[in-house]
Amino acid sequence: MSSILFPKPDPGILARRDEIIAGLTRLLPSECLITSEDERRAFETDALTAYRRMPLAVALPRSTEEVSALLAFCAAEGVKVVPRGAGTSLAGGAIPQEDALVIAVTKLNKILDVNYPNRTVRVQAGVTNLSISESVMPDGFFYAPDPSSQLACTIAGNIGMNSGGAHCLKYGVTTNNVLGVRMVLMDGTIVDIGGDALEAPGYDLLGLIVGSEGQLGIVTEATLRILRMAEGARPVLFGFPSSESAGACVAAIIGAGIVPVAMEFMDKPAIAICEAFAKAGYPLDVEAMLIIEVEGSEIEMETQLARIIEIAGKHDVQVVKESRSAMETALIWKGRKSAFGATGRVADYICMDGTVPTGQLSHVLKRTGEIVESYGLRVANVFHAGDGNMHPLILYNVNDPAEQEQAEAAGMDILKLCVDVGGCLTGEHGVGIEKRDLMRHQFTEADLAQQMSVRAVFDKDWLLNPSKVFPLEGRNAA
Amino acid sequence: MSTLVPENENQAIEIVKDAKARRQPLAIEGGGTRAGLGRPMQTAAILSTQALSGIIFHEPAEMVIRARAGTPLAQVEAALASKGQVLPFEPMDHRGIFGSEAEPTIGAVAACNISGPRRIRNGAARDSLIGVRFINSAGEAINSGGRVMKNVTGLDLVKLQCGAWGTLGLLTEVTFKVIPASETEGALVLEGLDDTTAIAAMSAALGSPFEVSGAAHEPGAPARTILRIEHFSSSVDYRLGELEKLLSKFGRPRRLDRQASQALWRNIRDAASLNEDRSKALWRISVAPSQAPQVITTLSDKGLTFEYFFDWGGGLIWLSLPASGDASAVQIRAALSGTSGHATLVRAPLELRQSVEVFQPQSIAMMKLIQGVKASMDSAGIFNPGRMYAGV
Repeated sequence: MSSILFPKPDPGILARRDEIIAGLTRLLPSECLITSEDERRAFETDALTAYRRMPLAVALPRSTEEVSALLAFCAAEGVKVVPRGAGTSLAGGAIPQEDALVIAVTKLNKILDVNYPNRTVRVQAGVTNLSISESVMPDGFFYAPDPSSQLACTIAGNIGMNSGGAHCLKYGVTTNNVLGVRMVLMDGTIVDIGGDALEAPGYDLLGLIVGSEGQLGIVTEATLRILRMAEGARPVLFGFPSSESAGACVAAIIGAGIVPVAMEFMDKPAIAICEAFAKAGYPLDVEAMLIIEVEGSEIEMETQLARIIEIAGKHDVQVVKESRSAMETALIWKGRKSAFGATGRVADYICMDGTVPTGQLSHVLKRTGEIVESYGLRVANVFHAGDGNMHPLILYNVNDPAEQEQAEAAGMDILKLCVDVGGCLTGEHGVGIEKRDLMRHQFTEADLAQQMSVRAVFDKDWLLNPSKVFPLEGRNAA
Repeated sequence: MSTLVPENENQAIEIVKDAKARRQPLAIEGGGTRAGLGRPMQTAAILSTQALSGIIFHEPAEMVIRARAGTPLAQVEAALASKGQVLPFEPMDHRGIFGSEAEPTIGAVAACNISGPRRIRNGAARDSLIGVRFINSAGEAINSGGRVMKNVTGLDLVKLQCGAWGTLGLLTEVTFKVIPASETEGALVLEGLDDTTAIAAMSAALGSPFEVSGAAHEPGAPARTILRIEHFSSSVDYRLGELEKLLSKFGRPRRLDRQASQALWRNIRDAASLNEDRSKALWRISVAPSQAPQVITTLSDKGLTFEYFFDWGGGLIWLSLPASGDASAVQIRAALSGTSGHATLVRAPLELRQSVEVFQPQSIAMMKLIQGVKASMDSAGIFNPGRMYAGV
């Protein structure tokens, strides 16, 4: 039923499984090593659940040194490694393969240091995204990138995928908020890149590592920027008669010199799904909705909102609904952040993640609807309008193999469209296995060969997360 | 030395292929205003981006601009200003430091990761650079990134190019995310604080909700600690007022209006106070703000005489001293040991830059990665060889 190919497992490694596990047992205590079939099953997929592969074994190291010993062992034995955080990748970035050891960093879950004068935190890489903000929130600070999975996802995974979130229009994505990492290279070497200073010397290897999808090394610690929370934040719901008018409104707001902290778009199907789940007071009789959030003091928010409402008035806005309390604000965001989960209650879905130039939003929305309809399926759209990062949710029935194939084909068509209008395949989820075979649509052979030769500097034998990101054929060219 | 001036990408590719075939290293040059920065290079010719010029597009509603690498920075900034936008990171102008005169280019801003005081709030050039097109030593034109600000497709070679000082290829096009220009700005000046107290005051301001976009401290008589707010005019008034309250324990600050603030921050951006005597060596030290006073104390205790000031809330130290001996490189770098800080010798005579590492020396493991990356993009070793590190 699956259209994404996995490489054939290396029979030599499979044959040596007992020997390899014996070697691993010498490196880790038994409670940190998962070998039984039952327990390994918990690691056979991530949030791209239509695909799964049983890993050779799973290691749960407790220190950088243990990660180093594991990687050195795997390098010497020629064993492939799939790094894993919480396994929330929507792109299949953490899906194992039968001949690979999964190294999950979830036991590395301590916040090591909080430094308010420098506005930094140092954490082990297995801490969850949300726990960082929670630990500094009593003092009025937060960690900015806020992917929807922030309750579960780890910083290691965020760094691997360069995760974004709803608020990155103002605060940037992971790569803009990481100052340093401690990382273990495939040969076991431990390197510190960057630190608590604002910039690191030499080439920007930190920038290369963030978003490298676990192919350059395993990050065990990170130093992150934390920011002071604004005095207040208030989301406002705007309902529009069409996505065109919502899109034009977004462009006009930015044109007026206002960059709200978030501008989230939902179309009618998405509004209905999220409202049924969260009871957030979303307007049900509009074709498109924007959640626009502003920050500042009471007066500043009112001033900014007045300007935004005035602009919306020039774009046929039908409904304007301001949050009147912290509870309403929480509900409004709950509706948005649970969009994927709520959709999962009404149907199976695949979530696309292409980004398009914001001037192309209306066109791409229209074409997305047509594409999905042509496959006989339905789509709900939720996305970050300020930065053009789209998330069409293609609804289908996972138990119908034909429908799954149709859904995947529609998704691929949509991503190609995103590239064709000047955008990209993935804005924040990563390539993983899901978009691997579309990379040639965005990049030339020379572009890909260049990326692969840089990758090989860190992992010459292609042992780290090897089946991801780059098309399986043509790798020898690098 | 001859200067090669390709007028389009194809010509540039031919020049690169020829240089590779003849094993003749090239010195890449934009406006040449920063030519004095880096280790001396043994190059056969200058490859100038001067004629690879022009804005390819500026989409104000998308907050993005793409230009050819040789486009004068002034032209980019003027185009942005005409639509009420700016580069988020306030790139510094090195002409004051070097006494150079030509026009800095947007390509060099990308290649050298040139930022300014607003970096503390909006990130560096590397945080706004979202796409590059470059030519590698095989003569291939390579794209990385693109024109959209959220893009995690493939390895981020954009970041690698940013701050590689032209050692990883010839940039031909760069794409930056931009932001609306603030309606206005204002600043507060606290007088008479010592370094440690000034860092505490700046940390308090930067840890406030008021989005301080500049935080600098100049020691002297009297010492001045300067904080900037850029926003809508009503917000600037309100926020300066709130900051005054927040900082009351550090003294009663004086307010600067827009004009005075702009002039002051331009000088801070360009390290103008350390430019009177260009025969002196100029160091740029990056360090965690809380460690900055200790670095200064350590150097004073060693008997060094120097002038300095802090930007980035203490995260950046500009320091000038006589260009004799090793320009105190050993002592300065020793003062940073045990921190993640690092020092760059921005200005020094040629002879000095032949004997002193300009960029912070790296560990063996890191050097191996740096050399590997260099080889992966410039296997022929023809782009600015040795400018950052020997063999790189």
